[in-house]
Amino acid sequence: MRRIWAILVSAVFLYFLIGTYYPTLPEFGNIDMFRRVSFNYISKSTTKEYQPVEFKKSNGLEEGSANVVTSIVVNYRSFDTLGEVTVLFTAALGVGILAGFRKRRIEFEEHRVLSIAIGIVFPIVLLFGAYVFIHGHLTPGGGFPGGTVISLGVLLLMLAKNEFGVTDVAKHTEQVAGSGYVLVGLIGMAMAGTFLTNILPTGTVGELFSAGVVPIVYTLIAFKVGAELSNLISEMREGDKA
Amino acid sequence: MNNVFDFFRNLELLDWLTYIVGGLLIIFSLFAVEAKKLFDAILALSAVSLLSVLFFIVLKAPDVAITEAAVGSGLASAVMIFALFRIKAGEKK
Repeated sequence: MRRIWAILVSAVFLYFLIGTYYPTLPEFGNIDMFRRVSFNYISKSTTKEYQPVEFKKSNGLEEGSANVVTSIVVNYRSFDTLGEVTVLFTAALGVGILAGFRKRRIEFEEHRVLSIAIGIVFPIVLLFGAYVFIHGHLTPGGGFPGGTVISLGVLLLMLAKNEFGVTDVAKHTEQVAGSGYVLVGLIGMAMAGTFLTNILPTGTVGELFSAGVVPIVYTLIAFKVGAELSNLISEMREGDKA
Repeated sequence: MNNVFDFFRNLELLDWLTYIVGGLLIIFSLFAVEAKKLFDAILALSAVSLLSVLFFIVLKAPDVAITEAAVGSGLASAVMIFALFRIKAGEKK
C-alpha cells in the first residue's frame, strides 16, 4: 500500500513538473547562466560601470580572483563562509559527542597492496588537495574541497595502516586556523573599518599572488576543514582497544 | 513508432550521456530507498553522488562538482559506513 501511494504521489508530481514547469525551461545544458546572473561580478566591479576584464592583463580591480565563485564566496559574502565554517564545527562537535560513548574500535585487516601503494598515493592526494586550495582563486575549487581531499587522504591512510590514529595535532591545527580566519577579519576591521574586508592589493587577474586576502583565507579554511574532517573520521572510528 | 526512431537518431553524444546517466541516477536512487541491506543503500547513495558530478559538469558548475565528488561520494559514505559498523557492534552485545 505504501508503495502504491508513493508511485501515485510521484506520478502526479511528475505530471505537473513535465506539463507546466518543463516548457518554461531553456534547452538543457546550452544556457550560460553566468551571462545573466553575475555579469557585474565577472567584470570585477559592483559599484562602477561594466568594463571587460582581460586575463593576465587587468589589474587594480575591485578584487582580483579569476574564479567568480571564489570572489563571491570569500570576498562579497565572506561572513557567510565564516558561518559555514561554524556550521561544520557544530556538526563535528555533535559527532564527537555522539561517538564519545566509547565502543569497540573499528579494526581493518591490512591489505598488502594497499599498505604498500599508500606510500605513493598519499603524497599525491595531499599534493592535489594543496593544489585545489592554493589555486582556489584561479581555478575551480577552494578551501572546502581542498580540505576534504586532504582528509580523504587521511581516511585512506587509516584504511591502509590499522594502527594509524589522528593525534591531537589535528585539534590544534583546527583551533589555530579557525581563529586565524577571525583574526584576518579583525585586521580588516582595524585597517578599513569593515569585518573581513579585502585589505591587500588585488594584483593582476590570473596570477598566483593576486586577489588580496582570498588565498590566505582559503588556506586557513582548508587547514581548518581538513583537520576537522580527519578528526571527525577518527572520532567515528576510534574506541577502546578490543 | 517513426517518431521514436527519429528521437534516437537525432541524439548527440552529450544527449546520450545525459539520458543514460539520468536513468542510472533514478535507478540507483530507487535502489537506495528499496534496498534490504543498509550497506547496499549507502553504496547506492554514493553512486548517486558520483553520477550527479557528471551533471554538474554538464551544467557548468565545476566548483560544485569538485565538492560533490569529495564530500558526497567520498567522505559522507565513509562516515555512514563507520556509523553502520558502530550500530552493528552495538546490536551484537
